[in-house]
This record gives sequence, structure tokens and C-alpha cells, in this order.
Amino acid sequence: MHPILKLVAQRLALGLLLLFAASILIFVGTSILPGDVAQSILGQSATPEALANLRAELGMDQPALTRYFSWLGGVLQGDLGTALTNGRDIAESLGSRLGNTLFLAFWAAVIAVPLSIFLGLLAVRYKDRWPDKLISGVTLTTISIPEFMIGYVLIYWVSIQWGMFSSVAIINESMSLGQKLNAIAIPVMVLTLVVLAHMMRMTRAAILNVMQSAYIETAELKGLGMLKIIRKHAFPNAIAPIVNVVMLNLAYLVVGVVVVEVVFAYPGMGQYLVDHVSKRDVPVVQACGLIFAAVYIGLNLVADIVSILANPRLRHPK
Amino acid sequence: MTDQLKHLSEKVTKGLMTRREFVGRAAALGVTAAVANSMLASAAKAAGPVRGGTLKLGASGGESTNTQDPALTASEVPLYNLRHWGETLVDVGADGNIEYRMAESVEGSADAKQWVFKIRKGVPFSNGKDMTPEDVLMTMQRHSNEDSQSGALGIMRGIEDMKVDGDNFIVNLSTGNADLPYLMADYHLMIQPGGGMDDPGAGIGTGPYTIEFDEPGVRHGFKRREDYWDAENRGFAEFSEQLVLNDATARTAALQSGQVHMINRVDPKVAGLLDRAPSLSVKSTAGRGHYVFIMHVDTAPFDNNELRLALKYAINRQEMVDKILRGYGSIGNDFPINAGYPLFDTSIAQRAHDLAKAAEHYKKSGHDGSPIILRTADGAFPGAVDAAALFQQSAQAAGIPLEIKREPNDGYWSEVWNVQPFCASYWGGRPVQDQMYSTAYLSTADWNDTRFKVPEFDEMLLAARAEIDEVKRKEIYSKMAVMLRDEGGLILPMFNDFVGAIAANVGGWVDDPNGPLMNNKAPIKCWLTDA
Repeated sequence: MHPILKLVAQRLALGLLLLFAASILIFVGTSILPGDVAQSILGQSATPEALANLRAELGMDQPALTRYFSWLGGVLQGDLGTALTNGRDIAESLGSRLGNTLFLAFWAAVIAVPLSIFLGLLAVRYKDRWPDKLISGVTLTTISIPEFMIGYVLIYWVSIQWGMFSSVAIINESMSLGQKLNAIAIPVMVLTLVVLAHMMRMTRAAILNVMQSAYIETAELKGLGMLKIIRKHAFPNAIAPIVNVVMLNLAYLVVGVVVVEVVFAYPGMGQYLVDHVSKRDVPVVQACGLIFAAVYIGLNLVADIVSILANPRLRHPK
Repeated sequence: MTDQLKHLSEKVTKGLMTRREFVGRAAALGVTAAVANSMLASAAKAAGPVRGGTLKLGASGGESTNTQDPALTASEVPLYNLRHWGETLVDVGADGNIEYRMAESVEGSADAKQWVFKIRKGVPFSNGKDMTPEDVLMTMQRHSNEDSQSGALGIMRGIEDMKVDGDNFIVNLSTGNADLPYLMADYHLMIQPGGGMDDPGAGIGTGPYTIEFDEPGVRHGFKRREDYWDAENRGFAEFSEQLVLNDATARTAALQSGQVHMINRVDPKVAGLLDRAPSLSVKSTAGRGHYVFIMHVDTAPFDNNELRLALKYAINRQEMVDKILRGYGSIGNDFPINAGYPLFDTSIAQRAHDLAKAAEHYKKSGHDGSPIILRTADGAFPGAVDAAALFQQSAQAAGIPLEIKREPNDGYWSEVWNVQPFCASYWGGRPVQDQMYSTAYLSTADWNDTRFKVPEFDEMLLAARAEIDEVKRKEIYSKMAVMLRDEGGLILPMFNDFVGAIAANVGGWVDDPNGPLMNNKAPIKCWLTDA
């Protein structure tokens, strides 16, 4: 078997094990939170009888272990179950939320990844001169401001003062692609500003590291232009760390944007998860947790494989 | 001159003259543009509702866990949903009187034990069937039977039996209750076909709209029904949409940029600023909701009335209204009733902020000087943590050591409220005094969150409940209020207003003290003047 295939198979098996462990952690975590789903649904105005009736109907009177294994059994057969709180099919509601999250993450990535790599290259080209300092200064500023603050500032100027884009990013299936893009324009800007610095700085550092090598000096002595050296000689050798940080940021764009979702009322997974955590709706929390964990594990796997493929020494081990 | 202007403004509303022309003509008569515009607005109102368009509401209080089942409705967004598709037997009007909806009339027996609701005929559900007295009966059964999960279970408890007799729905109570019709206005009790027994969350009712799309925690859409029975008064917009905007800034931004026409829960901190924008107006309505600090009167050290009085005198009510509510509210008097209730006795003396008296009562209480723990959380009420800090400061000035313990929002209502002896909380208020007192101050009440159990008080409450003579009832309620004020475990510094905002092109607004945004009925009772 090819060593890379073997590695992928190993990683996938390990990933499944991790998912299983994550599901136990999530289950235990939501179980030890104060209050339960019945109390959360009925809120302050719950009477003891109504609580008992609701608990019985939701099967909350069963022991925790029984509930966990009946859930696990369902998942292994591809059934995520129904939400305790509103009785909706989890796979269905989760599907559209996941779609929205990936949609937002995709467009943010399409803009942020090339932009940050380009800015990183530019910063290396003009190292320690004003373009480098400007790029670093601006991106470090935007990463240091909390994302909700950037969101509010952009809403105020772009949406209210200039009337350019919508401040509410609620999208739905009946909208055209253009309408959807208009709705998510400001959140995409916010996310771009938030992830830019990390990827840009990593690109800059990785390439600068390579630039110390002897073969770069050789290339310089050959008389190659600076940008060409970076493009042909430095960048391919710096791919591994860059891919790593890009994948980390992609994972963040999928699983970590709940604050941005709240500010723009975007119907993504983050808000959906938070709502169900606060209502102790364990099956939904489990399902979301599994997806988030899978995204992380998957993207890390991709990062590893890409860095192996990018490195001839790892690609052809002795 | 005024007649002339009136004539002109009517011409505009009839479309015989443009707005610009009107302002010009008015200026010629020496009237400023601002006055002319407001005249136009009132003329438009007099011209009556405008039909059509899509009215959009941006509301907080919605989660992706919400359902359309009226029994499980506990927050604001689902409540707006219910108002769109459902209706109750009766409503409580903005003036505090009963408005008849599914019931045509109500008659009570002399001892207020038997109530006969004559059910309206020819009112279709949105599934095409006519609503019948049996549907009413089954609805009430679903909210009161043994395995009910309904939030209305508490108010249904006094009902002995219910039956249908011809066109009438008859309720028999174990003890008389002159306020029963008000209880039937509870929003959980939406009349559903077959009582909603088969499919409680189907969203089928007799309301002015039907559900177009239903995405909990995101948005809810409704289409006007052609066959609605009361189209004269409700359901003016062709479409009504509700966007769930839980973030306060997102909500105000959406209103300012014209993406929604009305929003609920405007943060008092920004209400004044927001009101300056010309395209919208902030609507503040005095209500019955109140923010409270509650002590368990059966738990030391709060079992000592001197200590309770010391704390009641130590709190600075006016400061709370000014700083926590930013003036959008009024001071409370340690009983849960204000002028928003019928039969309120305005002659009851207001308790003042009096540090000398507080210190005196504190001394008399003989408290050992150990810190008194006050639990609070952001979720207890907006500004609860700040309010607790203000309370601590003013108590300290009277020599009373308060210690604030901040609790997480998560689980506050199950672990702290009604469990710990001293904490911050809120009440939404009820349409009538009886309901407020029986919900939280009757010995046997589930939510007696101050553990106030005084047989004398219970007797007065039951006596007032069955009393038909309003003068006598008012007298009893007044005595109860004074008793609660002086002996109860309730520290009630402030009544909060409902603060919402509507765009300039929304017509039909009426202040309604029963709930936020016209008792959650603004989307079905307002219209777009430019639709």
C-alpha cells in the first residue's frame, strides 16, 4: 500500500475514535450543566406538574446511559433523531444551517486566503519598508479589535450611512445568488478582517525563513527578480506551514463565527448550537458537536496530506 | 385657517394633492414644514388603515428551539407567531376592558362560580373548518388535563369542570372568580381545531394570517387570510414577516436602515438617541412588568420583618428608575400592582428612600452584621447586576452589609430564582390584580417566590375574587397591597416600560399596557401608510 494511502486510512480511523470520544464529552458536559431541557423550555413560569409531564414525554426520566446508547445506536444507523425542544428532524434543520455556515465560510475564504497570501508575499518583497509596515499594522489592528465591534462599525458606515449592503444577513433558499451575496457582504468583510492577519503573518514568516537559505542567494546571484524568486523558489518550500495556518483559519470560519452570526442574525450553525445548548437539547448539541469535530479533524488531515505532498522528501520516503 | 389646512390635508390623503404641494400651501398659511408634516400624519390616521404591503418586525426573544405549540410558548418571538395565526376567547383591550374574540359574550353567575361564554358562529379556521364550541372545550382541556405541559396550567387550576351546551362553552369554578374572563385572555389559550390535541404545533387557528414559512430562530413569514372574520380591525398588511434579531444593536441597525418596520425591546440606554432619527419613533408604554429583589420570608435572616423593612427603606427607587431604566419606567412601592391595573388604590402612601429609618429598622432587627448575600445575574432583568450594585451602595450608607453574588444566566431560573432566599428577578405583570396575587403571593401558589404565606391574605384574596361589588373589591385589594408592602418579602423598586420603536410609515399604533408592541399585536393591528 502506498504510504500516503496508509496514512490517510490511519488518520481516518483515528478521527472516528476522536469523534466517539467527543460525543461522550459533549454528552457528559451537557448533562452536568444546571437545569434540564424541560426546565429550559418552560422557563420561569414552569409548574412542577408541567415539568414532570414534559420530562416524561421527552424520555428524560430514563437513565443517562440508556439515553446515550439509544442516541448512539441511532447515529450509527444514520439517524440523528429529532430535537427535544421543537420536535423537528435534526438532520433537516442542521442541513440547511450547515449549508449556510459553509456558504459564508466559503466566500470569506475565497476573499481572505488569496488576499492574505498576496499581502504576505508583498510584505516579504518590501520587507521592513513602508508597505510591509502598513500591511502588518493594519492587519494586526483588525485582528486585535473584537469581531462584533468591527461588525458594528461596518454596519454603521456601510449599511446605515452609505446604504450599500444589508445589515441583516438572513438568507433563505428563495433568494438568488446575488441577493445572498448582498446579504452576506458585511459579514464576509468582518471575517476577512479577522482572519487576515494570522495567515498573512504566517506566510510572511514562512517565506522569510526560506529566504535565508543558500539556494535563494544563488537565485539572487543568478540575477532573478525578487518576486520571481519568491514565487518559484521560496513559496513552494514554504507551503507546508502556510497550508497549516490556512486550514486552521478555515476551521475557524466554519466553527468559530457564532459572534458574527449573532451580530448579523445569520442563520448558521453557531447560533443554532448555542440556542440548543442553552435549552439543554442534547441530541442537537451532539449532532452539532460531531459536525464541528469532523470539520476540524478533516481539515487537519488535509493540511497534513498537503504538506506531505508538497515535500519531496516526505513524498518519497526511503 | 385650521379648517383650510384640514381640508388641504384631506385632499392629500385622498391623493388629490401631493405632499410637497401641501407643505408649500401650508407654508403660505404660515405653518412650518414640521407642523405641516405632522398634520399630514394625523390626517392619514384619520383616513383609516391602508391594506397591502409586507410589514416586517425585527424581534428579540426567539431561538432555533421555538415551536408553534401555544402550550410551550414562553418567549416573545413565538408569542408574535401565535398572534398571527391564533386567537383566544377574549382579549384584554388597551383600556383594560374585555374585548370579545372567539366568544361573542360572557355572562357570570351572581357568585362568579359559573361562566357562560357564547361562542361566535361562522368563524373559519385556516384549515377551512368552522370553529365550534367543542374546539374551545378541547383546547381548554389540553391546557388543563393531567398530562398537560402547558404554561397556562397554573391559571386553569381553579376550574372544576367545563362543558359545551349548544352554542355555549360553560366553565364551573370551585370558588367564585369575578376575573375569569381575563384569565381566558392568556396567550397560551389559542383556540385550535380539536384543541390541537393531534398536532399542537400545526399553527392552525382563527387568526388573520397563515404561516408561509417557519424557520425557528431565523424568521417567520405569514400571509393574510382572505376568509378572516374580523378583517375590518386586524390583518392589514398582505404579508407579515418576523426576523429574529436577538442582538440589540442589530435590531436598531435594521430599523435605521429600513430593513424592518418595527422592533421590540429598545435598550433604554440608546432609546433617547434613537428617537432623534427622523425616520422612526420610539414608543414607550407604561406596563405592569416590574423588576424585583425577592426575599424568602421563611428563611433567616429574612424571616425578620424589621430586616426586610430595613432593606425596603434602604433601596433608592428613583435612582434605579433614572440609572437602570433611564427614565423609561416608574418607581414601585413593594407590592406588584400599579396604576396599570383596574381597581388600583392611588391613595396608598409611597415608601420613600430613607436611610435613617433603614438604619433604625436594621438595628431593631438585631442582625449580627454578617453580610447578606444578594444573588443576581445579567439575565435576571436587564441591568440586574448594576441594580444590585446600586442597592449595595445605598444599603451600605444605612450600615447594612450586602454582598453581591453574581450567578451565571444559565440555569438562573432553575437554580437560583425560587430556590435561593434573596435574589434579583422580574415579573411580567398580569391583566388583573387577582391573577398577579394568585400567581405569586397566595400560600399555595407554585411561584410564591417570596414564600409569603399568610392565611389572612389568602382569605382576602379569595373574598375579593368572588366579590362582584367593585367598591368593596377595591377596598380589599387596597388592604392586601398595604399588607404586602409592609410585611411581604418583595422589594419592588421599579416598574419597567415597554420600549419599542416603529418606522415613520407605520400607522395604527395604540399604546397598550398589556404587553410589548401593543401586547404583541402590533404586526396584526398596524399597517404601512405607504403600502
